[in-house]
Amino acid sequence: MKIPYYPGCTLKSVAKNFETSALAVAKILGLELVELPRWNCCGTVFSLTTDDLMHQLAPIRNLIRVQEMNEKGIVENNYRLVTLCTMCFNTLKRSNLFVKKNPDKLETINSLMDREEDYKGNVEVYHFLEILREIGFDKIGEKVKNPLKNLKVAPYYGCLMLRPEEIGIDSPVKPTILENLIEVLGAEVVDFPFKTRCCGSYQTVNRKELVAELTFDILNQARMEGAECVILSCPLCDFNLDSRQAEVKRLHPNFKMMPVLYFTQLMAVAFGLDEKVYGFEFNYVNPRPLFMEKNLLKIGVETLKR
Amino acid sequence: MVLVENKEFSEKVKELSGEDVTLCFQCGMCSSSCPTAHLMDVTPRKMVRLIQLGKEEILNSKTMWLCLSCFTCVARCPKNIDLAKIGEALRQIRLRKGLDHVNISEIPKEELEKLPQIALISCFRKFTS
Amino acid sequence: MTGEALDIMERIRESNKPVTTGIEDKDIKHWVTIYIMGKAYKVPADLTLMQAMEYAGYRFIRGAGCRAGFCGACATVYRKKGDYKLRTALACQTRVEDGMYLVQIPFAPAEKPIYDLNKESPSLESILKYFPEVARCVSCNTCTKACPQELEVMDCIQAVIRGDLNFAAKNSFECIQCGLCAMRCPAEIVHYHLFQFVRRLHGKYGVPPEPNLKKRIEEIEKGVYEEEFNKLFKLSPEELKEMYVKREIKLD
Repeated sequence: MKIPYYPGCTLKSVAKNFETSALAVAKILGLELVELPRWNCCGTVFSLTTDDLMHQLAPIRNLIRVQEMNEKGIVENNYRLVTLCTMCFNTLKRSNLFVKKNPDKLETINSLMDREEDYKGNVEVYHFLEILREIGFDKIGEKVKNPLKNLKVAPYYGCLMLRPEEIGIDSPVKPTILENLIEVLGAEVVDFPFKTRCCGSYQTVNRKELVAELTFDILNQARMEGAECVILSCPLCDFNLDSRQAEVKRLHPNFKMMPVLYFTQLMAVAFGLDEKVYGFEFNYVNPRPLFMEKNLLKIGVETLKR
Repeated sequence: MVLVENKEFSEKVKELSGEDVTLCFQCGMCSSSCPTAHLMDVTPRKMVRLIQLGKEEILNSKTMWLCLSCFTCVARCPKNIDLAKIGEALRQIRLRKGLDHVNISEIPKEELEKLPQIALISCFRKFTS
Repeated sequence: MTGEALDIMERIRESNKPVTTGIEDKDIKHWVTIYIMGKAYKVPADLTLMQAMEYAGYRFIRGAGCRAGFCGACATVYRKKGDYKLRTALACQTRVEDGMYLVQIPFAPAEKPIYDLNKESPSLESILKYFPEVARCVSCNTCTKACPQELEVMDCIQAVIRGDLNFAAKNSFECIQCGLCAMRCPAEIVHYHLFQFVRRLHGKYGVPPEPNLKKRIEEIEKGVYEEEFNKLFKLSPEELKEMYVKREIKLD
């Protein structure tokens, strides 16, 4: 089944591992993620002021591309747009809702984008996890060739998948979607209290000590509950929880680093796919030693050093 | 009856955010949920109070610049007040005067080399105009 | 304007005649009125904006270059009568229209960052170091609309943000660095400096090295061409001209 797919900027550069593993996993599930032609950066954050229309241009322009894909026959009658990056998901979905609720503002936005066709408001934005849930976790479990036995995985939701409620894909208080996924992949779920707490987001640019503290709290809690690794769905969370561990170590010398992976990387290992789609070379804290220890990797494949 | 110091300021915040701060009864749920409240000079609850009272001094605080846009306060407020939008309104009042919170030219080159574009884009959107 | 100023403009008008019309005003049939910096001028209908301004009595000491649409010096911003749209053009490539309101933008202010290509890599990391403001792009497409070369400027910026330097280098190749995009951009990005850096990185690291270049450099260093050059340097201008006229022309 073909489905329009919005990658987002990081998935084409520093988070290439997210895309590679996701596309491989989608293929196994019979999904063809068809990249939007001529897409642009979604803006990463949804603009929260009532009068700001300029920052809606970027997300809406992408929704117009979904329309165009249908018109050009690249997909057939499919107005569902799937994203992997949670920030992109949140921004695109909230923008979509904003213009649907404010048709007069949509009219202004359409007239400003005078070189595009009008956005008609018929696209729906989905997160890849919603598609997985739709397929059914049982069906996903059937594709697992390499069950992640004895691997203790903590699901990290972050903020933008569940909040605000109008766009959330699961309960903001007791989400279960990532837990369900971890279970069918054969791993052990490690629930921990900070799974929906913010990683620090964009404060990583000029307040990296703040991010280091928030990261320390999150990973420390996960480890205290018994987690050996963490899975997530957002490249900014990934940068903060993975790459910023260096900063955490600087502030807390006794901190033990923990591998942080995209949920699709975990799926790729569980599906028994070739290691080249895992993209482990992009991870800051190398997950290989942990997976080797659990006998979850095919021996003899060398990964590139970062 | 509440004495509002600067009605224009309160109105501006209401206009930009679309939120009615008079609904807030100061329960403090927002402050207790906020991951960075412990670093703020004025906590979220107090921020709303100051806006209720029309006190423009809130514009000089660190509150809205420490906001993570995590929407935890939004999810928990019993009156469904969108504090994230209120914080954004305060940021925008400052930013639209050209008072950027982050000076892009001062970010060290070593950091720029490491930071993924998602971090820079979101930071600049929230902290520059 | 004072009588003296009018005289000066009249004299400039006259001296510009060879580049503007080259014929007597009485022989010109069609005229239009254009507004240069708010002042109305009656000019012959078929002139380019640049010629029309010179016809009116302006002398370009900045904002004029090749006069052939290649150097990007004559960036012009204008509006048409009764139309709110702000338009851009190259003065040497655009003809006057009745009721045009125009002004020249001879320079787009922008510092050119100093970089050492040998120390940089063809990656987004290198680019963000020197042009972090590219992250402010809001995909408004104003740059594309401003480009007199009709380049897909926004697409190139977006390609850079994704790390696709190949796309940005190829599609910004025709950029003449007029600066109109940078002047209009709400995010205050300086597109042409950014794209130049991208093209340089792409040229150095992205394309395979030209195989014959190395050979030619070796030949030059060995002095293979020294004798021929020395012969040429000894010739007089007349002998050179003769040689040039009688040269062998290879037809493909």
